[in-house]
Amino acid sequence: MRARIWAALAMPAAAILLALIAGAVVIILSSPIVTGHFDPLLPLATYSAIIQGSLGSVNGLVDTVVAATPLILVGLSVALCFKAGLFNIGGQGQFLMGAVTAAGVGAALSTAPPLVAVPVAILAGLVAGAAYGFIPGALKAFTGAHEVVTTIMLNYIAYYVVSYLVTGPLREQGASFARSADVGNAAIPIIFNQGTGHEAHLGILLPFIAAPIIWWLLYRSTLGFEIRTVGANPDAARYAGMRPRMLVMLTMTVGGLLAGLAGAIEILGVQHYMPAAYSTNVGFEAITVALLARANPIGVIFSGLLLGAMRAGAPLMQIQAGVPVQMIDLLQGLILFFLTADILVRKVFRIRAKGGGVDELNTVGRTYGGQTTTAP
Amino acid sequence: MLAPLFDVPVLGLIVQLVDYLINVLTVNGALILALSAPLALGAMCGVMNERSGVVNIGIEGMMLAAAFSGWYVASIVGQAIPADPSGVFGATPALLIGVLAAIGTGLLLSVVHAWLCITVRADQIISGTIINIVAFGLTGYLDLLLSQGSQPSGGKFQPFDPPQWLMDLPFVGWLFRMVLEQGPITMSVIVLAVVLQVLLFRTRWGLRTRAVGEHPKAAETVGINVIRLRYQNVILGGIFAGLGGAWFTLDFGSSFQIGMTNGRGYIALAALIFGRWHPVGALGAALLFAASGALGTAIRTTPPPGQLGDFLTSIPEQFFSALPYIVTIIVLAGVVGRSTPPAADGQPYEREAVT
Repeated sequence: MRARIWAALAMPAAAILLALIAGAVVIILSSPIVTGHFDPLLPLATYSAIIQGSLGSVNGLVDTVVAATPLILVGLSVALCFKAGLFNIGGQGQFLMGAVTAAGVGAALSTAPPLVAVPVAILAGLVAGAAYGFIPGALKAFTGAHEVVTTIMLNYIAYYVVSYLVTGPLREQGASFARSADVGNAAIPIIFNQGTGHEAHLGILLPFIAAPIIWWLLYRSTLGFEIRTVGANPDAARYAGMRPRMLVMLTMTVGGLLAGLAGAIEILGVQHYMPAAYSTNVGFEAITVALLARANPIGVIFSGLLLGAMRAGAPLMQIQAGVPVQMIDLLQGLILFFLTADILVRKVFRIRAKGGGVDELNTVGRTYGGQTTTAP
Repeated sequence: MLAPLFDVPVLGLIVQLVDYLINVLTVNGALILALSAPLALGAMCGVMNERSGVVNIGIEGMMLAAAFSGWYVASIVGQAIPADPSGVFGATPALLIGVLAAIGTGLLLSVVHAWLCITVRADQIISGTIINIVAFGLTGYLDLLLSQGSQPSGGKFQPFDPPQWLMDLPFVGWLFRMVLEQGPITMSVIVLAVVLQVLLFRTRWGLRTRAVGEHPKAAETVGINVIRLRYQNVILGGIFAGLGGAWFTLDFGSSFQIGMTNGRGYIALAALIFGRWHPVGALGAALLFAASGALGTAIRTTPPPGQLGDFLTSIPEQFFSALPYIVTIIVLAGVVGRSTPPAADGQPYEREAVT
């Protein structure tokens, strides 16, 4: 048991460490431009500012959890799909559809009693996300169209749908820029606010409820067993009498549901309206979150919090150390690189323990070409 | 010339639409070809990869990084060696070295992709995602740092100036304008697509590449070095992505903005699929996608008169922008003509142990 936990933690920890070192090299090399002179200690100032900004104060902690909430939910979506041998790059689109639907329904219910408005608006976003996840699931199940390509395409379609809705039917008249109306009473109640602009909504509890549910679904239910079997070996699953088509559709739908939920609570809890150009990278960050946790739903909570902390600490990093916030994107990419290049990491740290990757990923690549294994 | 038919019921509207389409496409021909260049170049990078069995969704990141390095290197060289634009495409040493830097960046990222996909046998989609994220983060980081000192532009290529009488020819004049009134990178796209098409389907290298992409084991048994061929193809594919990146900052525009490729690498992926993994097909798809965008804009700015205009302006502009993505899904799903990737696309190759 102890060996298993060590194996599960060794690779992510090593990958993060190497990413921080590689990031430090970039920071040192660019220090003459940042501070005007060569400064080999700049990485220390940078990283300590991130930690201080995210964990050093109550406000920082609040920002961390708020930033981690969508990351964990979409990360769960990606992780769940990984377990079924599916690569959901569509978190972005599902998130946007959930967000814009919740914004529209929320605005329509802005004067209804909160006890009605909030759940209905969340539910609407969740259903929209699920429907948007169902599309690539059904396409994969019945036509063999690979979900990686279809979800990428659907991401852009979602972007244009949002742009159309918010500049058209949902546009609030009189606003200085294209945005939907305020959600009013459909706003998720704020549970923490010290009047410093750092506030937390009730929705931050949702990831901590959703993650155990997904874990239970995957490891304690018959359905989860079937999902994992399809992910590990679709042919074996079919021989055992399972229905890969149904499972693929169901998994993508639940994945879309989680991402749609994330979009809904982000709008109802943080933004309170939908802008036409909603800038988010959550769908891609969620891939790092899921892989860092090796697609384990409970692990996703921790990896989501870690990436959330990096996001929350970024502003202070830019102010104190002068390092642009884009450093966070670079660090995330580097973490993903070292997680993937595991043979390199193993050599550096002499890790002999097995595991570290997500084994189900083997099925993802295998089904991309013409030789589809899930299509009957 | 179709005007007499405009008043015929029903048919008249269709004729009006055709007339309007022809008008939009001929007037905007040059712009459409220019906008299709990065899509076609990205798709050609994809052809090189996927025909030999390696999925590449990192085209977006490769083009973005190449756009940045091309712009930055051209800027530095431009300051070091100031030169007046020459007669040929307004080329300066700065621009030429910039293009080389962009191609070098494409090659470099392709080496990373090849190593992760072929040697590490990592998931190829994750490898592409890494390239996209790192390229976005690194170029954004560097751009913010450098623009504090407001880096001057290294300039851009000038479009070729074809003789006026050629462009005034009836019926075909617009075609000359479309193809000739272009910067060097855009103009090279048509040639590159045809050359790659011939190489892929008429040479020994092409046959081997396609064999490796369809059935690597069979290819290996007849003596083709699968690993080496895949490395070679993936890395050389980076040239196209690099050139596609250079288009953004040295041919079409002359400055760099964070995230300026703006999903064009993904549309390139769509063009690749829509063009059924053929270079010329991909160029056709890229032209179609660019035309769709141009049509959406034209309807907003200069709508046709009458009923047809009312109908067309009632379609949201976003629909035309989303059309390439919708069409790609439809084609991939096999609803209208099936598009099937090479059979071994996405599968890591493991050589069987020699005993």
